[in-house]
This record gives sequence, C-alpha cells and structure tokens, in this order.
Amino acid sequence: MGALNSLPDEPQYVGLAEKTGFSFEQIGILHKRFKQLSNNGETLRREDFNTIPDLLCNPIRSEIIEAFFDRRNFRQTDAVGTVHEIGFGEFLLVMSHFRPPSIRLDDEQKEVIRTEKLRFLFNMHDTDNDGTITLEEYRHVVEELLSRSGALGKETAKGIADAAMLEVASISMGHMEPDEFYEGITFEHFNKLLKEFEVESRMNIRFMNMDTTTLCK
Amino acid sequence: YIRLYPKRQRSEAENKDVPLSLSEELQKQVLHNESSVLSSVFPGFHLIPRLSSIVPESCLLITVGLLVGGLIKLAGEKVPPVLDSKLFFLCLLPPIILDAGYFLPIRPFMENLGTILMFAVVGTLWNAFFVGGLLYAVCQMQSAPSDLLNLELLPCLLFGSVVSAVDPVAVLAVFEEIHINELLHILVFGESLLNDAVTVVLYHLFDEYSSVGTVTVVDAVLGVLCFLVVAVGGVLVGAIYGILAAFTSRFTSHTRVIEPLFVFVYSYMAYLSAEMFHLSGIMALIACGAVMRPYVEANISHKSHTTIKYFLKMWSSVSETLIFIFLGVATVDGDHSWNWTFVTVTVILCLVARIIGVVGLTFIINKFRIVKLTTKDQFIIAYGGLRGAIAFSLGYLLDNDRYPMRRMFLTAIITVVFFTVFVQGMTIKPLVELLAVKKKQEAKRSINEEIHTQFLDHLLTGIEDICGHYGHHHWKDKLNRFNKKYIKKCLIAGERSREPQLIAFYHKMEMKQAIELVESGGGVKLPPSVPSTVSMQNIQPKKPPPVERALPQIPKGREDEIRKILRGNLQKTRQRLRSYNRHTLVADPFEDGWSDLLLKKSKMIELEKKMNNYLTVPAAPPDSPTITRARLSSDPQTYQMKQMSDSVPTIQVDLASPQSPDSLSLLDELQRADQRRELRRRPPPDEEEGGLMMRPPQARGGDQGEEGGPSAKEQRLQRCLSDPGPSAEDDEDEPFLS
Repeated sequence: MGALNSLPDEPQYVGLAEKTGFSFEQIGILHKRFKQLSNNGETLRREDFNTIPDLLCNPIRSEIIEAFFDRRNFRQTDAVGTVHEIGFGEFLLVMSHFRPPSIRLDDEQKEVIRTEKLRFLFNMHDTDNDGTITLEEYRHVVEELLSRSGALGKETAKGIADAAMLEVASISMGHMEPDEFYEGITFEHFNKLLKEFEVESRMNIRFMNMDTTTLCK
Repeated sequence: YIRLYPKRQRSEAENKDVPLSLSEELQKQVLHNESSVLSSVFPGFHLIPRLSSIVPESCLLITVGLLVGGLIKLAGEKVPPVLDSKLFFLCLLPPIILDAGYFLPIRPFMENLGTILMFAVVGTLWNAFFVGGLLYAVCQMQSAPSDLLNLELLPCLLFGSVVSAVDPVAVLAVFEEIHINELLHILVFGESLLNDAVTVVLYHLFDEYSSVGTVTVVDAVLGVLCFLVVAVGGVLVGAIYGILAAFTSRFTSHTRVIEPLFVFVYSYMAYLSAEMFHLSGIMALIACGAVMRPYVEANISHKSHTTIKYFLKMWSSVSETLIFIFLGVATVDGDHSWNWTFVTVTVILCLVARIIGVVGLTFIINKFRIVKLTTKDQFIIAYGGLRGAIAFSLGYLLDNDRYPMRRMFLTAIITVVFFTVFVQGMTIKPLVELLAVKKKQEAKRSINEEIHTQFLDHLLTGIEDICGHYGHHHWKDKLNRFNKKYIKKCLIAGERSREPQLIAFYHKMEMKQAIELVESGGGVKLPPSVPSTVSMQNIQPKKPPPVERALPQIPKGREDEIRKILRGNLQKTRQRLRSYNRHTLVADPFEDGWSDLLLKKSKMIELEKKMNNYLTVPAAPPDSPTITRARLSSDPQTYQMKQMSDSVPTIQVDLASPQSPDSLSLLDELQRADQRRELRRRPPPDEEEGGLMMRPPQARGGDQGEEGGPSAKEQRLQRCLSDPGPSAEDDEDEPFLS
C-alpha cells in the first residue's frame, strides 16, 4: 500500500499512538476512514454514521453510535455527558477499546485492559450516567437485541431481562430480605457477573489487515 | 474405495478356510457372543472408582481385549478376525463420528477453524513425510543381512501416512476424562476429525504410486487436487444430506415416533455415499450432523430429541468399547514380526515429529490469532496426539503381496498405538494437573452470558462496519442474516422459524428449570445452583406510595414464621415456572410445541389484565411467599387451598379452565367485597406469570363483613400452608413422573 509510505501527519500520530497504543500504520488507515465518514471534515457527527449501510441492520445501532459520543469513553477521568461531535483523537480513543491485548502482558496489565473493556460495555448499558444499570435500562438492552424479531417482543423481553437481573442480584448480593430493593447493577457486580466471560479475548477487532479497497464505500 | 472393498488377496486367503465344520462354526459364535457380553459388562469399571481415575477407560478396555484374546488362544481356538476392516469402517466407526459431529460445538469450532485446518492438513503432511522419510533413511543405514534394506521409499511413506494420523476415537476416549478447557479440546479433537481427508488421500496416493514405482511432479500436483476434491466433496455430500434431513424433519409433525430414524438414516447414507465415491466419509458425517442439527432440533419433539441424544451416546459408547477390545484381541492373535530397530525408531520418530510439527505450526499460527497459543497449550496439543484403531485398520488393509513387510508394519503400528494410548493416555491427566492447564468451565451457561454474547457479536460487527473492515464478524453476521431470512423459513416448521436465538435459549433454560423443579419433588429440596434468598420482589422497583407496609394485619411473628419456613423454597426458579401449572405439564407441553404454550401464556396475560382492571389494589403483602409457594409446588398446596376456598373468598384463577365463567364470577364477588380492601399490587413480572394467581385473603380493614371471621380462616390457611407435608407431595408427584 503505497499510501502508507507518506504519512503527512506523522508528528501528530506520535501523541495519539502513545495514548491509544495503535501503530502508525493502523492510525493512518483509521484516519483515512475517519475522513471518508466525515466527508473530509475535521469532526464527525451522529448523522455521519448513517452513511454506513451495513450498520443500519444492526439492532444495537443507536447504542454503538452513542458510545462514540459518550465522554466517559474518552479516558478523561470523571467526564460525563455526551458531545455532539468528535474529532479524530476521540474516534481513535473509542476504537482503542477494541484493540487486542498484547501477548507479552503480565496479569496485572491484563486485568487493567479487562476492566477497561468491561467499563466500555457498562457505559453502553448505563445510559443515564448514574453508575448503575437499572432494571429499566437492562430491559431496554434486551428489547433492542430482540427488536428485529418483532413477533414475540415486549413481554418475553421483559421476562428475560427480569430473569437476568435476578441472576445478577443472586450472584452479587447472595442474601436479601424480601423488602430490600436491589438498586441496579453497579460496576463491581457487572465485573463479578462477567468474570467467566473472557472479555479481554473476545472483545477485539483485527486492525491489522484492513485494505483500502474495502474502505471505498 | 479402499475401506469398503478389501483387496482380492485377502478373500483368497479366506477361501481356504471356507469349509468350516459345524463345531467350529459354533465355537466362532460362542466367541462372538462372549466378547459382546464381556464388552457390555465392562462399563462396570466405573464401579471401581480409584481404578478409573488413574487409568483411562481405553487402556482398561485394551487390557480386557488382551485377556480375552489370550484366553481364546489358550483354549487353542483360532481367533476369528474380529477387527475385520469392513466391520470396523462400516459399523463401528460411523456411530462415534456421528455422535461427535452432531454434538460438535459449532461456535468454538468455527472460531478456530483456521488453526484446526493448519494442524490437520499441514501437520499431518509433515508427520507423514518426516516419519516415512527418516524411517527410510534409517533402514538404508542398516548393515547388509537386515530385511530392512529391502524397504523402499514409497512403502515407508505409506507407513508414515498411516501411523501419523491423530485418531478421533482415542482422543475422545482420553480427553473426555480430563475435562480440559474448550479451546484445547476443540483444537485436538477438530484436528483428529479433519485429518481424515489427508490420511485418505495420502494412503490412496502412496498405494497407487508404489505399484507404479516412480513419482513425477505432475503426480504430486494431482495429489493436491485430489485432496481438495476429497475434502470439499466429502463436506458437500454431508451438507446436502444434512439439508435433506432438515427438510424432512419439517414435515414430521404427524409421525413423531420415527423422527430419530431420519436423523440416523440420512447420516449413515451420507457416510456411505461419500465412501462410495472415494470421498472422505468422516468429513461427510461431520458435515451432515453439524448442518442438520439446528434445524432438526427446532422441528422435532422433545422426546425425539432425547431419543436421538441417548441412542447416539449409547451406540458410540458400545462402538468405542468394542473397538478397543478388538484391538486387544487382534494384538494377541495377529502374526507379528518384531524388529527392534524398526519399531523403536517408529515410536521415537512419531513423538519427535509431533512435537516439532506442533511447535513450528504454532509459531506460524500465532501470527494470525488474536488469542495466542501458549507453550502449555502447545505441549498439551502435542501430547494429545494419540493414535488408535483407524491406523491399525488401515494397516490391516494393506495388500500382502505388494507389501511383504506388512506384518512388521502392523507390529509397529500396534506398538505406537499402545504406547500413545497407555503411556500418553495415562500420564496426560497428572500432567494437566501439574501444569495447571485451564479446565473446562463447570458453570452453567447463564442468561446474562448469553445476552452479552449476542450483544458483543452485534457490537463487534458494528465496529467492524464503522471501520469499513470486512472481518470475521461481518461475514458471520451476513451468514446469520441469510440463514434467518431464507434458510430457516424453508427448513423449520411453523412459528419456530422466526424465533430468535436469545428467546430459544431462554425457553430451553425455563424448561430445564421446570423439569428440575418437578423432579426435585416440587421444590422441597433446594436446587444448589445459586443459593440465595434473592427473589423477584427484591429487584422490582417499589411503587411510590409504599402503602403495603402500613397495612399488615398478620401479626409480625406469624409473618416471620411463615417467611422463614418458606423463604428457603423461594428461588429464582419461581418465575421460570410461571407458565406452567400441573395441567399443562400433565398434558405434555413438549408435544404441543411452543406455539401453543405461548398462546396460553398470552391468554393468561390478558386474563391478568382483566383482573387488574377489576382490582384497584396493590399487590400482596409479605406473606405472598405463601401463595407463590402454593403456585410453585406442583400440587398439594393448591388442592388444599381449594378445600378452603368456599369459606375464604380468594381470588383463584384455576388454569384448568382459564376462561371459565366461574373464575370471573368469583372476581365479581370480590369486586363487591373489595371496595375498601387494598391488596398490594403485584410486582410487574407477576402480571405475566400464568401460574395460579392466588390473591391472599388479606383481611385488611376491620370491616370486611363478608369474609366472616377472616382471622380464624386465615390461621387455618396459614397453618396448613406452613406444613407442607412432604409425603403428600411425593404422592402427588408419582403419577406425573411415572
């Protein structure tokens, strides 16, 4: 790929590479894609994501797009709320959540990466930024997942979400009085719940072999 | 093809034995019967716990075979050629492979397909050439009087290809017992299944070439082509038969009894067709089982599913046992030609080739994998490369004329098989413990994991689309959508074709929980899965005016008593059961299919809504566990409640007749009685619960005249509810379970 031989923005990339851990090649490719999506502009808006046809069939489309504009994913401590447009830096930051962990990490670093990825998932579920996933939010998630099937819809989705919530409560709280109320899934409970899920090995995208031909859509 | 049509040579040898006397015939029969009886007795090994934890079952079976063979020989009889290759390839091998293919975990298999193919194809090729080539070199280095000098290259290579294939039967037998993590299991097992195509082609090629004498480059290229045809052709044949089977199962709703038959017949036909056209039968069988399973399972009744599962397990168990026993017998009986050099060199070379092959391939593979294979993984993969009966049978099929060293080959093959099964098979378990290799997850698949698996799939597909990158997930998603849109409509009958995976999973779980609950005697024994006291109440948001706490009429002590007794029985399974009551269970909902169940459920929901319209009351107070306990347990509480019902005005929805006028008239009665009464509104999920919805006879206000001495009735009610009487429950359970 001849384009990679001349990366005009290389000095900027150094900073980004350090923050996100991508290589220069990968940053170059993603920058190209960013430019494509934003029509050569500097920032990306929500509407720009509508130009991706395949994304339209995705049941959790809106959550994914929201995740890009959610300040909590920008690795700034204690930032909350959403923004209307993002620059390339933020785009890259969000993407970096999907980078596969290097094999040479020790357990502690693996734990950090795992927590990061789980946090991303958590933020996607916790839409009102209150730090817990309430029953309503969880129901919404399940409804979205089932939204394309139409037929059985709401009641079953409710049932499934309730069952799932009950499970979380059972695992995290163990013993509760009948009049106690389980507020919602906090991040620790979420962590505990998905302990066996191996998020660090599953939540990854191969950024290596992307070729420019597929980018031209 | 090789396996089905033994060479003429052997039949001539058998012709000499044709005029058997009657007594010899009888003796033959007796021996056959003895060996089958013995083989059916030997699963009794499990009764000797210490033994089976040290020695894997395959070793024990081979030992038994040795004993049987020894006994027969001592008796002076001629051992019948029980490990007849025809018998092996036609009868003994297919059930095991079908069992493996039908229950193949598709997701990990597909995720690791590249790795598996690399090991199966490149690994086997490497092993074959390495072992064959070096053996030839060693043979050439022998001093003059040795037989080995006569051994040419091509027979050596042929021998190499026979002895280098990892055997699925042996791998299954050993790996079943060590409970290793899913990734390693699927890697070794997948490799053992897929290397059949390679073995077939190599065997065939070398066999042909050794008669021709010379090999040209064109031949090599043709060999590669042949391999592609054999492998892909086998898979296609299997897939076609799988689709046929799925399509057939769509129409079997009126002939449920023979549903399992279709599965078995189509699979076996796939195997035979592939073998007939000289394609890979094993791959055809795997493809058939894997392709038909999702569709067939959606179509067939629950009972047929159980039948298929247990028949497959039974047949594969029996086959495996027989294979190992016969291997033992054939060892004792076979005419061996022991050559120290040849045999020891073979064993060593096999080990070395395997280790080098695995390490080298992993180095290359790790460049393409996200989750890399560690050294521990590599060791287990290398160590798990067991040889088995397939190698032996292939060797047995060799032509005696063309391969004068056949007996030596067989001896060597048997030695390798014994070495791998005994030494490697026995030591792999302690090694796994020693190296602290990750074991299989014991935890049940929870609904949260399922939700998140799906969520993650969609998320990753979405991110890939945003990147503009047509990766793994993109194509998987496309395939799923294609499957849903077109294929499922054709192959799955009725409503099920539109059921999304999450719901299917949820229903399966509900069913399982329901069955467990019923079998455990109506909830008396606590299912140990998640011992917690969290119930639906705890997660439901409370309605803003917490009126319920202001109205307890039952003395606090009584409340606690009841709560304590019944809390233990209130588990999360409670809301799983809500769509079941005694009547639907007896009527066997499994036969009626899900659509009926869902219809019933929706009817119940409507009824609930009607009820809620009549009652402007909040739901039950703290002793609702009582009622839900009644709803839960299959039986006695409900009937006891009925006895009380004439004196105590309860809202009783008897689901035997969901729309019966009786239930509605009760409601009318209560509507009048309830002007001042306030029952706490049930938490939302209960709305959907179709179980017997018993509103408790809460005497809230003091002036509920119609209730006539509620406290006395209440107490009677509570007393009878707090004494579940286990014996009564067991009795109630019997008729259903029998």
